[in-house]
Amino acid sequence: MAVREINVSVLTEKVRELCISVNLRLSEDMTAGLKAARETEESEVGRSILAELEENLKVAENEKIPICQDTGMAVIFLEIGQDVHFTGGSIEEALEEGVRLGYTEGCLRKSVVRDPLIRENTKDNTPAIIHYSVVPGEKVRLTLAPKGFGSENMSRIFMLKPAEGVEGIKKAVLKAVEDAGPNACPPMVIGVGIGGDFEKCALMAKLALTRNISEPSPLPHIRALEEELLTEINKTGIGPGGLGGRNTALAVNINTFATHIAGLPLAVNICCHVNRHAALEL
Amino acid sequence: MTVSLSAPFSREALKKLKAGDRVLISGEIFSARDAAHKRMDEALDRGEELPFKLSGSAVYYMGPSPAVPGHPIGSAGPTTSSRMDRYTPRLLDLGLSAMIGKGKRSPEVHGAIVRNGAVYFAAVGGAGALLSERILSSEVIAYEDLGTEAIRRLTVRDFPCIVVIDSTGADLYETAPAQYRA
Ligand code: SF4
Repeated sequence: MAVREINVSVLTEKVRELCISVNLRLSEDMTAGLKAARETEESEVGRSILAELEENLKVAENEKIPICQDTGMAVIFLEIGQDVHFTGGSIEEALEEGVRLGYTEGCLRKSVVRDPLIRENTKDNTPAIIHYSVVPGEKVRLTLAPKGFGSENMSRIFMLKPAEGVEGIKKAVLKAVEDAGPNACPPMVIGVGIGGDFEKCALMAKLALTRNISEPSPLPHIRALEEELLTEINKTGIGPGGLGGRNTALAVNINTFATHIAGLPLAVNICCHVNRHAALEL
Repeated sequence: MTVSLSAPFSREALKKLKAGDRVLISGEIFSARDAAHKRMDEALDRGEELPFKLSGSAVYYMGPSPAVPGHPIGSAGPTTSSRMDRYTPRLLDLGLSAMIGKGKRSPEVHGAIVRNGAVYFAAVGGAGALLSERILSSEVIAYEDLGTEAIRRLTVRDFPCIVVIDSTGADLYETAPAQYRA
């Protein structure tokens, strides 16, 4: 089998473009979700907030001003076909250069500090958080999902016991959402990872946020859980902006994986209504 | 009810506001977030003056994205207020009159709001592009090295907020969701 060669400069260019475009425009599933929320919201204040969010999206796109000032820390998923050979330099440096160019040229906020304790801003939003995976074939899939920290700070991991089961999961997810409240800029999108181990469930929860909110889990029992959790979350009354209403979350996306006989790991990655993500294939 | 307010504020004007009132603020406000609060706190420890007069002023918890050419400021929505909670009572006791942000406040901040007749407003989180259109000018007045976290003097016109905690301590984040809890 032939090896497909790709120059890393392609990665730089694509990351640059995506950094700018996702910060100016949400995916269609998100805009449709916000519109549906406005149409169903019972709270008058809630409706007006949702209308402002829709107006905000228009201003962002027309004026090329980022949807939110927190343009996030860049999270990159790079799925590499095993028959691909990257040429022309380091993959990692190419991705970082894309982030650097995108955040600088796109007038995006530089929100990254080099050391978590010394806290000096790197001034170009690097480094990014990069996750690599290797898959069969000769394709490369690049996903960019910048994450704001108002909602990231409210995310949680729970190492549940198997005996706690579905009820334990529901209680924990609801607790995380209640704690997040207005801090996470509701209406939120809830990414959930169930199973795996400590870090695997967190990664699944993050990846779940990159799935369209109109696309349920293919597993029937998980799909049912997504629907049930969404209903329960929307009964909390938190509402748009946390100022009361029926639309606290637009979707719950769950990913699952095998786990150990002794465990039921659960991660809840909370995202705001500015749920930015885009993917493309090379 | 929508109230037009001019900033800096008078205590009388703030006293009239009730949790849930919508306001349109015009005038001068100051942006400051985590790192600027830390520096102001350290300045007070050393007995130094702060970069702006607290009395009558509103601080806006916000760190903008860079201005796109032709605009005074970039995206400029509120950040989570609770991260400033540990610095806030001291500033309120020294005269700070109002805060604009998003999210709940600590019992200590609640207490300091009531004690000083201050007000906590929320702006819509994640609407930074829209809110930037109500900011007419922006000037860094301190801590320039902090980049987005520098303190800025902002001139705003009809900047939309909602009263979350009024001077009596009533808190919309507690009362409004309760009405929709099923
Ligand atoms: S939580 Fe989201 S919408 Fe809110 S400020 Fe952060 S990035 Fe923006």
